[in-house]
Amino acid sequence: MKLLKAPLFWLIVGVTAIFALLPLLSNNITLRETLVLSAIYIILAANLNLMIGYTGYVNFGSIVFFGLGGYLTLWLVGSHHWGLYSAVLVAGVSVSALAFLLGIGILRLRGAYFALATIGVNEAVKDFVSNFDVWGGSEGIFLPFTAYKAMGGAGKALWTVYLLIVLVMGSSLLLSLAVRRSKFGLGLFAIREDEDAAVVLGVKAPLYKTLAYSLSAFLPAIAGGLYFFKNGSVVPEEAFNLNLSIEAIVMVMLGGQGTVTGPTIGAFLYERLRGMLLTIPGLSNFHMVIAGVLLLLIILFAPGGLMGWLYRIWPRLRRVLE
Amino acid sequence: MIEIVSSILDGLLIGLVYGLASIGLTLIFGVMDVVNLAHGAVISLGMFSLYFFFGAGLHPYLALIPVAIIGFLLGVLIYQIAVRRILDGPPLMTLLATFAVSMIIVGIGTALWSTSPYNVNFKVQTLNIFGYTVTSARLIAALAAVLVTFMLYYFLYRTTLGKAVRAVSNNREAAELMGIPSQQILAISFGIGTALAMLSGALIATLFPFTILSGSIYELKSFVASVLGGLGNPTGALFGGVILGLIEGSVAPFIAISWTNVIEFVIFVLILLFFPTGLLGGRK
Amino acid sequence: MKKLWITLLLAAVASFGLAQTVTIGLTVSKTGKYNVESVNQLNGIKLWQKWINDQGGIPVGDKKYKVELKFYDDESKAERVQQLYSRLISQDKVDFLISPYSSGLTAKAAVISEQYGKIMIATGAASDSIFKLGYENVYQIYTPASRYLTATLDMLKAADPNLKKIAIVYEDSKFAKAVATAAKDYAKKIGFDVALFEGYPPSTTDFGPIINKVKASGAEALVGGGHYADGATFARQLYEQQATLKMIALLVAPASDEFAQLGDAAFGVAAPSQWEPLVKYNPNCGVTPEEFVKMYEEAYGKTPAYRAAGGFAAGLVLQRAIMDAGSIDADKVRAALDKMDLTIFFGKIKFSTDPASHGLQLGHDMVQIQWQKKDGELMKEIVWPLDAKTSDLIYPIR
Repeated sequence: MKLLKAPLFWLIVGVTAIFALLPLLSNNITLRETLVLSAIYIILAANLNLMIGYTGYVNFGSIVFFGLGGYLTLWLVGSHHWGLYSAVLVAGVSVSALAFLLGIGILRLRGAYFALATIGVNEAVKDFVSNFDVWGGSEGIFLPFTAYKAMGGAGKALWTVYLLIVLVMGSSLLLSLAVRRSKFGLGLFAIREDEDAAVVLGVKAPLYKTLAYSLSAFLPAIAGGLYFFKNGSVVPEEAFNLNLSIEAIVMVMLGGQGTVTGPTIGAFLYERLRGMLLTIPGLSNFHMVIAGVLLLLIILFAPGGLMGWLYRIWPRLRRVLE
Repeated sequence: MIEIVSSILDGLLIGLVYGLASIGLTLIFGVMDVVNLAHGAVISLGMFSLYFFFGAGLHPYLALIPVAIIGFLLGVLIYQIAVRRILDGPPLMTLLATFAVSMIIVGIGTALWSTSPYNVNFKVQTLNIFGYTVTSARLIAALAAVLVTFMLYYFLYRTTLGKAVRAVSNNREAAELMGIPSQQILAISFGIGTALAMLSGALIATLFPFTILSGSIYELKSFVASVLGGLGNPTGALFGGVILGLIEGSVAPFIAISWTNVIEFVIFVLILLFFPTGLLGGRK
Repeated sequence: MKKLWITLLLAAVASFGLAQTVTIGLTVSKTGKYNVESVNQLNGIKLWQKWINDQGGIPVGDKKYKVELKFYDDESKAERVQQLYSRLISQDKVDFLISPYSSGLTAKAAVISEQYGKIMIATGAASDSIFKLGYENVYQIYTPASRYLTATLDMLKAADPNLKKIAIVYEDSKFAKAVATAAKDYAKKIGFDVALFEGYPPSTTDFGPIINKVKASGAEALVGGGHYADGATFARQLYEQQATLKMIALLVAPASDEFAQLGDAAFGVAAPSQWEPLVKYNPNCGVTPEEFVKMYEEAYGKTPAYRAAGGFAAGLVLQRAIMDAGSIDADKVRAALDKMDLTIFFGKIKFSTDPASHGLQLGHDMVQIQWQKKDGELMKEIVWPLDAKTSDLIYPIR
């Protein structure tokens, strides 16, 4: 296991442990509620990075995986009385499989066309679910309270779900690291640099990028299931919120696309910034403006994001943080 | 029967307005390969501009002129600040830059005007033509959309500046070699595209109430219409808008209204997959 | 040194003396689509707070609890509601909760209140389904959706026993869909033919396609709508498109005073209302309807709509439960709410204690209003029930 020797591996394990233990040991629910959002953002950003950063395909509608995962989970738990664990696993696998099939189609498109298609897919799914009575249509799905009682009461269930979300976060980061160091990852990088050249060199581009797309759907779907279980309900506007999808891109760009550490830091910083702006009276409406200005500045002046900038002033960091 | 005809006619009229919005989007894409994600925000700004000119006492249709001028200047500004530097980078960059502009506009708009609905409250006549009931505002909005399109065509095909725009659109390097100042032409094109989006927003504001977020609905419709007609093809965009309106009008009597969006987006994705250059053929 | 003494003295007064407080948390839609209704509701809650604090606070035994409100803007967005209610409970440590406005947002807030076992008084929320999830801490003030339009249909039947075809067109939101579904069943039961039953997305601004369908269906009366913004637009376009209907009854929008801004399009439009300033209830606790209207007019310079009354009522019910319990202990207050059977200025209040629908409102009933013209001026009149009417129903309207 070469992975175990990477300093970043242990850093990821450490960060995950801090996320889990800090609120747990101090029994601080406010801290838990803050960190859960950071963790969700990190999951979304890290997995989106597999597409944007590694493969070079801009997925504008990545949130559709998160939303579908949430819907499948709550439907299985609420209407079919499944346990949470089996429900999120099935949700993860099915959404991933769906992404594979979808990917075969839309990954034939490149550049702006692909981006537009992913927006279209998200909107189509949102409008479809809004009309799909099995999933409650526009009203969404609300969990009966017995679902929490089955897990030892709401208080305990919320802690369990939190720890699971942190686990998914750790797994997302490790997945980013593992893919980056694998032959598969090298193939993806080749596609990003020049897809046609990669094909000539023998990279099975259609298969590789479809796999990456499918892989980037798995953990977000599970996270969606856990997150909406925690919320006790899922409604279409929340599950398929295009804005969150694009905010995830901002996080990836902020931290530095294509790196393992970058999207994590980007997501964490973005959540902190957003949380701060939302609670300052008079500024709560400006969080969008500031996020927009931030994004514009990164694109215009620092397209490599935070990590790109750090690597430039301190090249040795690259060996530790990847 | 008359109801079905009414529904289709309604669809046709609103489709022309969708078409106008789409031309703004597709023109910018055609000239510089930029998918303008600030399109919806600009449409919203058009709605609010009309609201304020109307509030200041201007007749809503007269207010279209200053709205177009503001739109043009705004477009040039957006181009200079957010687009020019990264025009030759990967498409992700311009997508994100224009989206950032959209976030800024919508964010400021939300802070100023909240997301509560606004209404341009002016007297409209209701006309009854052979049993088809239509408001004067709808007819005028559709006619205005057609008129603006004609003016755009006159500009593109009959004026020197318009010909320069088409030249840059076809081949920027070649145009530059011919002595056409491509940077200025690009800025002007972005300005015109933005002005068209503002105009369509203003026309929509004469029909329906709106919020700062309303533009995003019409942005998505513009995507669908542009892709239907072939991205980068202005004529196609107008027809795309009309087709979209007709689809809405003709399916409405037979299925629940809330399904029309699903149909539109499925068509959108399918067209992208199987006819990426649109039904009428795109620029490339 | 002197400063320290004063501080200590103040602290001592605060902990032993008069300044006991009970904190109530809620979110308000200061922006977004529920802005009008939600701010009205908050006005009612604030008026209750002022009213009770002017009396020294809520009397509990020999102590008095001053009421403190803690609220945030939820922007009419579901995801904000859950974050903010978690924050109110875990960070601001509020004692009790009042719901946001609208069924959709209340349903989201209810999940959180239930997860943390906080009592929440739900006002501005009529959906039944919230109370079918096995919750134990949520109590409803409004007449639930299942009974929302039934009296409207009774009124229509009484006005025109020969009318057959009606259209039910509703906003595809939690509340309106629940109302419409219940209305459909009831309409069939009392012999109407529901010629059109259709939802429209909440963001709809162009009602043209829907109005064409109403016309095509041959319906002679229309009931439906959703919330304020869509309802007002719907009424305006029905008028502009010359839909000839004998009766139009919409949810929520016509019950607001702002509806008069529509001018001629408002004329004749009816609505079920949770409460009207002219209602005649004889309360056995709190204020009378006249007193409430007077206080509200003095404070805000306009007549209260039912959302404001619902806000005041929510505070009053909670206050009464605390007084009955003789404590702000959650278990005791819950027991007091379960036992409650009151008539207040808002009407009757009694909650279901059946575990399958715990907290559902059983006591309260609707009144029907219609926009009529008096001396050329649009006026909102109570037209149903007959013993409470201020004017006769105008029928048919077009």
